[in-house]
Amino acid sequence: MDFQKELDARGLNCPLPILKTKKSLADMDSGQVLKVVSTDCGSVKDMQAFAKQTGNELLSQSEEGGEYVFFMRKK
Amino acid sequence: MTKKMAIIATKGTLDMAYPPFILASTAAALGYDVQVFFTFYGLQLLKKDLSDVKISPLANPAMPMPVPMPVFVQMLPGMESMATMMMKNKLKKKGVASLEELRSLCQEADVKFIACQMTVDLFEFEKSDFIDGIEYGGAATFMEFAGETDICLFV
Repeated sequence: MDFQKELDARGLNCPLPILKTKKSLADMDSGQVLKVVSTDCGSVKDMQAFAKQTGNELLSQSEEGGEYVFFMRKK
Repeated sequence: MTKKMAIIATKGTLDMAYPPFILASTAAALGYDVQVFFTFYGLQLLKKDLSDVKISPLANPAMPMPVPMPVFVQMLPGMESMATMMMKNKLKKKGVASLEELRSLCQEADVKFIACQMTVDLFEFEKSDFIDGIEYGGAATFMEFAGETDICLFV
């Protein structure tokens, strides 16, 4: 998937992946896609909740080898 | 309309310092307008120097310990510092933000911190001990905002 920015949130625990996602999105334009890589299994539910509450679209999420990859389109 | 959250932070221990800062920073990231009112021991969390924010195994039976420890051992000098150091190392190892980091993330996200003026006077704290960018107020100040919130918590 195409993305304009990547956030490495590996090793960070709640609530840092969400806070850093928020910060990363702040510097982006509407419609651009952010890729987030996290190792915090709690971030799976939290990213969904973040997307739902902020209106940014969670395009996809996947898990591979203990890493969680999210693609989020800025509102 | 923007959602709002208010928190009253009354505790000044390392473990109880986390919930207000985690919830406030996250709510702000979700677009909430957030205020935290710090009173009594919670005021410690607004000090520039957070080294007095510690955790004690004493009277804290739920605290996981590496080895079972009788209460009379927990009372020994240095146990509090040791428990604090161990907890801080664990937090760091697990990728949990430090209190300083979470606090500054709150401030960057425009979370408003209010120090209870009455307890500042009661404990004879100096305003110069506290971080910049905070306000001082009383119960009525808190109620003005709290009365219109969607979430209001006492920690």
